[in-house]
Amino acid sequence: MKVRATQAILECLLEQDVDTVFGYPGGTILNLYDELYHYQDKIKHILTAHEQGASHAADGYARSTGKVGVCFATSGPGATNLTTGIATAYMDSSPVVFITCNVSEELLGRDSFQEVDITGIAMPITKATYLVRDPQTIPDVMRQAFAVAATGRPGPVLIDFLKNVTALNVMIDYEFIPWTENRNTDSIRELAVSHGLKAPEPDLNDIETLVELIAQAEKPLLICGGGVVRGRAHEQFREFAEKMDAPVAITVMGGGGFPGAHPLTTGMIGMHGTQASNVACNTCDLLIAVGCRFSDRVALKPTTFAQQAKIVHIDIDRSEIDKNVRTDHHIIGSAKRVLAELNQRLPQYDRTEWKEKILSLLEDQQIDEQEKLTPSQVLDTIEQAVPDGSIVATDVGQHQMWSIQHFHFQYPGQLLTSGGFGTMGFGLGAAIGAKVGNPDKVVIHTTGDGCFRMNCHELATVQYYNLPIITVVFNNGTLGMVRQWQHLIYQEHYSQTTLDRAPDFVKLAEAYGLKGKRVTNRQEMKEAMEEALTCGCGYVIDCIIDMDEMVRPMVPGGAHITDFLLK
Amino acid sequence: MKRTEFDTQKKYYTLSLLVQDIPGVLSQVARLFSRKGYNIESIVSGESNHPGQTRITIVIKGDELMVNQIAAQCRKLIPVQVVKILEEDTSVQRETALIKVMAVDRTTRDEVIQIANIFRANIIDVSRETLTVAAFGDHSKIKALIKLLGDFGILEMAKTGTLAIERGRSSIYDESKLREEYNYGKNVL
Ligand SMILES: Cc1ncc(C[n+]2csc(CCOP(=O)(O)OP(=O)(O)O)c2C)c(N)n1
Repeated sequence: MKVRATQAILECLLEQDVDTVFGYPGGTILNLYDELYHYQDKIKHILTAHEQGASHAADGYARSTGKVGVCFATSGPGATNLTTGIATAYMDSSPVVFITCNVSEELLGRDSFQEVDITGIAMPITKATYLVRDPQTIPDVMRQAFAVAATGRPGPVLIDFLKNVTALNVMIDYEFIPWTENRNTDSIRELAVSHGLKAPEPDLNDIETLVELIAQAEKPLLICGGGVVRGRAHEQFREFAEKMDAPVAITVMGGGGFPGAHPLTTGMIGMHGTQASNVACNTCDLLIAVGCRFSDRVALKPTTFAQQAKIVHIDIDRSEIDKNVRTDHHIIGSAKRVLAELNQRLPQYDRTEWKEKILSLLEDQQIDEQEKLTPSQVLDTIEQAVPDGSIVATDVGQHQMWSIQHFHFQYPGQLLTSGGFGTMGFGLGAAIGAKVGNPDKVVIHTTGDGCFRMNCHELATVQYYNLPIITVVFNNGTLGMVRQWQHLIYQEHYSQTTLDRAPDFVKLAEAYGLKGKRVTNRQEMKEAMEEALTCGCGYVIDCIIDMDEMVRPMVPGGAHITDFLLK
Repeated sequence: MKRTEFDTQKKYYTLSLLVQDIPGVLSQVARLFSRKGYNIESIVSGESNHPGQTRITIVIKGDELMVNQIAAQCRKLIPVQVVKILEEDTSVQRETALIKVMAVDRTTRDEVIQIANIFRANIIDVSRETLTVAAFGDHSKIKALIKLLGDFGILEMAKTGTLAIERGRSSIYDESKLREEYNYGKNVL
């Protein structure tokens, strides 16, 4: 069948069951937006205030739904505005297909208006980039791009179409093939053949070896990493942990991979890890890390990390093995498959003694009863007010760590946070994506006064699409996390971190047609949450907290994991 | 079972890559090295014996851990099919150089020709003032020749990086568990 090139692009989205895209139009992508006009009833387009917001929204959509996110932008500044979002998705292995359009073939390479080499720019922050110069290749490239983004270790992909490729008089051969079948077409097939790819199955010998290691171990510790979340392997991981009867430490990216309130959970590990997690890591004799990359925020000092243990690494990406921490054994495969195979071979263990020794280090969450509003009061009030399973999107800084430490995430996609790239401004965009993808869930966006300023213009998107997202600003009048470092490491030289400045966040919310409230104590916070949950529109709670609040515990970067600077 | 141990001494390593012959692949590979702060000593790219496939040979200096990491990063790139770290004693390595030497008087010319002969190099161009020597050999041989010819004054020179191939029956196409493990993460089936 002959169809317009632009039609083929959108049909290819439909092949992938895409019904929502985030984006922002402009000169070179006009043709595609013209086509979108005819697809309004099939593809919903969310117009954000800024391309960065769209990129985070597509990412948040992907993380929260487990589907591939899609984001459109025009050439030049539209495309470069995506880059922070692309890098954020890349660092956290989130599957997003970014679609940009570039200038026409005859203008390419001439520094034309709004021309930029976005495929070159995006190369180190994507799994793959495609520059499409021949319209006939559209179906093939689109299908390959989605396959690459979603499979193996997921991640972002960028497709840049030259404008002439999308011209409305360009017709190409096209046949609709749903994604379940198109994985066998053209270049995907070729790619598989040329790489000698087989349908993946973990190596059973490697699994047997681990079964033996487990049998010899007395003090095992498990780490639940982001791979468990991305691979939606939470059920298999839970069965594994329960059979092992071993404590489970959770990385920032692993939040939701294992129930935060499970009796085996030791909480976060690493820089702001709990005493229980970090001590367990330092004393265990077998460490099994699933889908985690031992980043410098977890393995703060790789040479002494889990020094008494045999380290076993389960990951889908072979290049992670021995990258940051030397391992004793590894198994390559998806967390789901590897754990399922393991579970079949494991007996039920009983490690009461070891387990209790570690879990007794876990302190109860203390909700202080001060007059003044504290971070823990804010979080506790949120937790009490929202329904079970509500989604939390965070920005970056103290409030991020507090949020992750406090909430007990239960399932993958419940916590949306920029763990790898640490992108301030991620939260609101991600919350928008999450709300669009999960209209029935309550979505909370926790942020700091610094981060919120970075992308608060997306409140316009919250208002226009009527997305009742609750933004909770931990307003400490400072770039809290940076101040904390200045306090502890830089002799209290508070260089450029004090934020005694506009705007008034409540008035800002009102200016965007939303509601808001400033709160200074627990009671007000409680009332604000009640109002926010029932008002039916976006709501901003401006929580005034002390600027000297700190994230505890803390082990400084590069230090041994139990050398706590703050307890 | 023991943790992987790596040789910490810095030396030259040769990486051999098979990549899909698609636009931008060479820059994608080369960028990876600069991004990770590794210096490429030499890089050669050309056809392999399969259509649609390019073979790239890269020499870098570093320790074993670093070389393994860069190989791992290369293997992750979608268009990269195979990366093999070639050992010095189980592979053969060759370079080619074209060296234009100033040789105006008779004695100089004779000497240059003599040296070329000793090194089994050819004179491929002659003019009143210059001789162009084409040499083929391993890195140390080419280096020695350039040094000797330098005494006469080299006008210009063009040289390839090192090409390498394994000795005997082993080849870059050999199946291995390692290769399979990397492909897992790239799987698009
Ligand atoms: C885009 C970007 N710029 C700078 C930083 C460095 N940074 C990390 S945390 C932080 C402070 C964030 O302050 P705020 O939003 O007020 O949150 P708080 O730590 O006070 O909770 C900064 C500046 C970053 N992570 N991202």
